[in-house]
Amino acid sequence: MNIPQLLVHDHEDNVGVVVVEGLTAGTEMLCVVTNDNSDFRLLAKADIPIGHKVALRDLSEGDTVVKYGEDIGRMVGAAKKGEHVHTHNCKTKRW
Amino acid sequence: MALDFTNRMVNAWRRENGRVGVRNHVVILPVDDISNAACEAVANNVKGTMAIPHAYGRLQFGKDLDLHFRTMIGTGANPNVAAVVVIGIEPEWTRVIAEGIRETGKPVAEFSIEQKGDFETIRAASWKAKEFVHWATELQKEPCPLTDLWVSTKCGESDTTTGLSSCPTVGNMYDKLIPHGLYGCFGETSEITGAEHICVKRAATPEAGEKFMKIFQAYQDEVIEPFKTSDLSDSQPTKGNILGGLTTIEEKALGNLEKIGRDCTYIDAMGPAEVPQKGPGLYFMDTSSAAAECVTLMAAAGYVIHTFPTGQGNVVGNPIVPVVKISGNPRTLRTMAEHIDVDVTGVLTREMTIDQAGDALIDMIERTANGRATAAEALGHVEFSMTKLYRSA
Repeated sequence: MNIPQLLVHDHEDNVGVVVVEGLTAGTEMLCVVTNDNSDFRLLAKADIPIGHKVALRDLSEGDTVVKYGEDIGRMVGAAKKGEHVHTHNCKTKRW
Repeated sequence: MALDFTNRMVNAWRRENGRVGVRNHVVILPVDDISNAACEAVANNVKGTMAIPHAYGRLQFGKDLDLHFRTMIGTGANPNVAAVVVIGIEPEWTRVIAEGIRETGKPVAEFSIEQKGDFETIRAASWKAKEFVHWATELQKEPCPLTDLWVSTKCGESDTTTGLSSCPTVGNMYDKLIPHGLYGCFGETSEITGAEHICVKRAATPEAGEKFMKIFQAYQDEVIEPFKTSDLSDSQPTKGNILGGLTTIEEKALGNLEKIGRDCTYIDAMGPAEVPQKGPGLYFMDTSSAAAECVTLMAAAGYVIHTFPTGQGNVVGNPIVPVVKISGNPRTLRTMAEHIDVDVTGVLTREMTIDQAGDALIDMIERTANGRATAAEALGHVEFSMTKLYRSA
């Protein structure tokens, strides 16, 4: 199997994690869902550092971000499918 | 998965109280900050001993003093310690700590500085320390079941790769070894925020779950709420976590909780540095999420090996407990390889399963118990950080 660029914990997740260094915009990423090893393709829309998250579908302000099949916070800005999701557009619902 | 771990043996020291230690330290233990100098002088005089200097021990009171005593006694009582020389400014608190350690049956000598001065104290304590070194270095290792070990865990400088690789590696190890009698321990109270609904369900009994929730809520009410400075308090996630791609405390907490595996349930929720009282199994401990503080508290509870998943590369060690570092982040393995004991980058490239990663960690625990120096030990990381509950009187 080829080495994936993106790993996703759960099918319910709307974000995945870049697991390679130097990912550039325009890469057709191999994405693997870790809980059943299924895979799909997704186009990276930005240069995204290793460990950072990518939107798996269009997300808008107010949407709940789901990872591990769980609520990890809310969007405070938008991210199109394939774009970077991090502190600039996602925040905790706690504290 | 029916691997039989009951016959896996390690060569280690069976202590007077039956516990198994994987190191054989002779510790020179200061009761308080102003006794550090005398302890360090003794450790300098007598090779093969180790002073454990720290910042506290004067004018503490109430629960904070109880925690101080518990941490000091627990550190001396840890099975990785063969014998202890305790030095304090005054005889009374020195005796409290020495007596607490003596309950294990190991050799303990106590010295107080008042009315004698550093010179006389160092002279007398050095003679005793030398006697202990001769005695301890002749103690023989013996075969002990791997599952007689007490193995704690806490992750640090986490990122999104820890939740994908190194934390579930620890979880897999616990899933395999805890059913065979291993004592496990996880903590990091603030770092369960966002996953507390999952954590409470992982309690073995309703009582354990209630105890966990009470501890969790108290941390929110007494520590986080009164002192927070922004939505994240600029601390959880840390700057390193954010650099590594973690965005929120909820995301960090869910990754953190991967360390307790798929099947384990915790049988009790303990206060900081408390010794497990309910027999073999997994325990939750109320701790800070700061690496050195957490490892210090778990070592004081009697855990003899610490497993430490890291993403961005935490370098922490402990004076008495070997800290085994696990990382799956290829950038960290490229830039900080000297700190990592178990490389699980293959989990991210899908060339290694979590099951294989768990086996690799068990193998490293075994080698560490048999004497392999961890990266933190080889690099001299001996961080000892006391948790303080409030200001001294």
